[in-house]
Amino acid sequence: MIRSLLRRPTLLIGLVVTLLLFAIAITSLFWTPLPPTKMQIAQKLKPPFSAGLLGTDQFGRDLASMLMVGAWNSLSTSLLAVALGATLGTAVGVLVAAVRGLTEMVVMRVCDIIFAIPPILSAMMLGAFIGSGRFTAIIAIAVFMVPVFARLTLGAALQIWSREYVSAAIGMGRSRTRITLVHILPNISNQIIVQVTIQLGLAILTEAGLSFLGLGMPPPAPTWGRMLSDAQTFLGAAPWMALMPGLAIALAVLGLNMLGDGLRDLLDPRDKT
Amino acid sequence: MLAVSTALTRRAALGLALVGGLMLATQQHAEAAAKATATIGMAIEPTGLDPTIAAPVAIGQVTWQNIFEGLTTVDKNGKVQPQLAESWTISPDGLTYTFKLRQGVKFHDGEAFDSSVAKFAIDRARGADSVNPQKRYFASIDTVETPDASTLVLKLKQPAGSLLYWLGWPSSVIVAPKSAENNKTTPVGTGPFKFVSWAKGTKVDLARNADYWNKAGAAKLETATFRFIGDAQAQAAALKAGDVDAFPEFGAPELMASFAGDNRLATVIGNTELKVVAGMNNAKKPFDDKRVRQALMMAVDRQAVVDGAWSGLGTPIGSHYTPNDRGFKDLTGVYPHDAEKAKKLLAEAGYPNGLTFTIKAPQMAYAQRSAQMLQALFADIGVTLNIETTEFPAKWVADVFKAGNYDMTIVAHAEAMDIDIYARDPYYFNYKNPAFNDILKKVEATSDPKEQEALYGQAQTILAQDVPALFLFVMPKLGVWDKKLKGLWENEPIPSNVLSEVQWAE
Repeated sequence: MIRSLLRRPTLLIGLVVTLLLFAIAITSLFWTPLPPTKMQIAQKLKPPFSAGLLGTDQFGRDLASMLMVGAWNSLSTSLLAVALGATLGTAVGVLVAAVRGLTEMVVMRVCDIIFAIPPILSAMMLGAFIGSGRFTAIIAIAVFMVPVFARLTLGAALQIWSREYVSAAIGMGRSRTRITLVHILPNISNQIIVQVTIQLGLAILTEAGLSFLGLGMPPPAPTWGRMLSDAQTFLGAAPWMALMPGLAIALAVLGLNMLGDGLRDLLDPRDKT
Repeated sequence: MLAVSTALTRRAALGLALVGGLMLATQQHAEAAAKATATIGMAIEPTGLDPTIAAPVAIGQVTWQNIFEGLTTVDKNGKVQPQLAESWTISPDGLTYTFKLRQGVKFHDGEAFDSSVAKFAIDRARGADSVNPQKRYFASIDTVETPDASTLVLKLKQPAGSLLYWLGWPSSVIVAPKSAENNKTTPVGTGPFKFVSWAKGTKVDLARNADYWNKAGAAKLETATFRFIGDAQAQAAALKAGDVDAFPEFGAPELMASFAGDNRLATVIGNTELKVVAGMNNAKKPFDDKRVRQALMMAVDRQAVVDGAWSGLGTPIGSHYTPNDRGFKDLTGVYPHDAEKAKKLLAEAGYPNGLTFTIKAPQMAYAQRSAQMLQALFADIGVTLNIETTEFPAKWVADVFKAGNYDMTIVAHAEAMDIDIYARDPYYFNYKNPAFNDILKKVEATSDPKEQEALYGQAQTILAQDVPALFLFVMPKLGVWDKKLKGLWENEPIPSNVLSEVQWAE
C-alpha cells in the first residue's frame, strides 16, 4: 500500500493536501486562534506574523481563524452539494441504464440542457427566487452535478450490462433492480469515487465564485470567496488579505484534483495488468 | 432623495481597466500644452439630465450651476446668493417675496429669460402633475405673479423661512417653456456651460457658453467632460493614468493612501452632507419601543464604525445633522458607546435574552461594511443581526423606502439640512412625534436665522434622544485631482460639481 503510494506522487501529494484541508476544517469546529468574527479595529490591516499568523483584515479580524472556518464552510457546502448531486445523478444513471429506450433519450437531453447553464447563472436565478445563502449555493452546485454523474454512470453501467455474467443473471431470472444493486453499482463504484473527488474540487471553486458574488453564505460567516472579494480594494494596502484566501482556494482545488487523478490511476481496471 | 456617492461594483474587469489606463497615459503625455479641457470622474451615471423631475443626486452633480441655474444659488460655503434674481425684498409678515430678475439672460437655444419663464418653471415644479423630487418645498407658494418682465412676486400661504435656500437647489433650477420637455436628454439652461452630448454608460460632454450673461462668472474651460466609472479600482487607475483629471467624490477611502506617492495628484478631504444612518422601522415591534432603539444606539461605537467601514475618514454624529450645517450641536454624547448600559436597557424593555432582526443593506461598500460592524457590535449586547443585501436603488426604494418592509436599513442621506424627513408622513422611518413636527413648523414660521438655529438645535436634540435611526457618521468628500487643476469645490454644501471656476494653472 505505502509502496504503491510512493510510486504515485500525484496521489500522495493530493492525499496529503486533502487530508490537511479536512483536518483544518474539522479543527475549526473546536478551536481557532481567535473567534473569526471578533473585530479589533486597533489591529486592522496588520500584515502576517505581526498580528495573528496570517495578519488581519479591514475590521481587525484574524485571517488565520477566518480561513480555518472558511475551510469548513467551503468544504461542508461543497461536500453536501456533491453528495446530493452524485446520489441523484447516479440514481438517474443506473435507472436509465436498466430501462433504456425513450426514457434514456429524454433524460440525456434534459442533462444536456442543464449542462448548458453555468452553475453561477443558475445560482443567481435561484437566489432571486429563494434568496441567497448556503442552501441556494448547495442546490445550485448540486443541480450542476446531477448530469455529470448521470452521464458517467449511464456509460459505465451500460458496459457492465453487456457483460456475460449480467446476461447470465438475466437468464437466471434476476430482476433488473437486483442486478443493478448486486452487479452494476459495485462495479462502477470506483469511477464514481474518482468523479466525486474531482467534482469536489470543482464545487469548491464554484462555491468560492458564488460567495465572491455575494450569493454564498451571508456574513458574518467567513467564506473564502467573500474574503477575496472584500480584499479587492485593499490590494495595494494589504495584499495578504487577497493572497491568503486565494492560495487556500488554489491549494484545495489542486489537492483534490491531484487526488482524483491519482485515484483514477490507482483504481482504473485497465491499468491493472 | 438619497444618494450613493460610492458604489463599489465588485465585478468590474480590473485588469482591463488597468491596461486601458496605461495605454491612455502614454497618449496623454503627447498633448500636455495649455489645456482648456477637463475630465471629471463620477461614480454613478445620472438617470437623466433634468434635476427638476427626478431625485438621483448625480443629475444635479452634472447639471447644477453648469447647465442650469436658479433664481438663487448656494455658494461653496453653503450660503444663499443671488443668481437669476438680482435681488429681492420680503414683506414684514414673510408672506410676499418680490424678486428683481436679471435682464439680458438667454437660454442656450436663444430663448430669453424673463418673469414669465420664471413663473413657468415654478408652476411646472409645483403643479398638480409635477414629479419634482422636492415638490413639497413649493407647497407654501400660493400664487406666482408677474407685474412686469423683470419682476416676480411669490405670495405664500404660510411663512417659509428657508424658501430662498430651497430656490437655490438643483431641483429648483429655471427651465424654459420651449425646451423643458426635452431637458431629460438634451438639457437647455442659462448656465456657463452648454450641453453637447451624452454617450450613455460612458460620459457627458459640455462646452463653454460664449454668450453667458455674467462675464465675471464665465467658464474658464473650453470643454468639460463627466466620465462615469463605478469601480473604485478603475477610478484609481484612471486617475493615475491621467485619463480622468479629477474625482471629486472618490469611491474607496482605503485607496486614498495609494495616491500619496503620486506627485501629480492632490488628495483633498472635505465636508459633505452625506449622513450615514441606520434607519429603523419605528412602527414595527420591537423598534416601536424607544428603549430598544436607545439600547441599540448605545451598543454602537461610532468611531469604531468609521475606522472599520471608512478607514477612519469620517466624523461621528449624534443626530441627523452635520457639523457644517448651521446650528449644529454635537450630540454624540447623548447615547455614547456603553455595552453594559445597553444590555440593561434592553432587559428593561423586555428583551433580557437579546433579540434577532435583519438589516437590509445596499450593496455599496460603506453600507455593507457598516452593517458588518453593527453586526459585531450588536453581538456584544446579545443582539443577532442578519445582513440581507438589497440592491440600490431600485429594490431598496421599492422594498424599504416605498413599502416600508424592513426592520433596519442603512443608507447615506445626501441632502443638506434634511432633518425634516423625520417629520414627513409617510416616510420610511415611520417615526411620529408631534413635538418634533411643531419645532420644524416653527422654523419655517420665522425668518430670523438666530431663532431658526436655536430651533434646529432643539430638533437635533429630540432625534438624538428618540433615536428613530442610528446616527453613525458623516462621510467625507474624498477629492482626488491633478494638482494643476484649480477651482474645484473642496467641500460639498450641496451635492454638486460646479465647474465655472475650474481652470488649469500653468
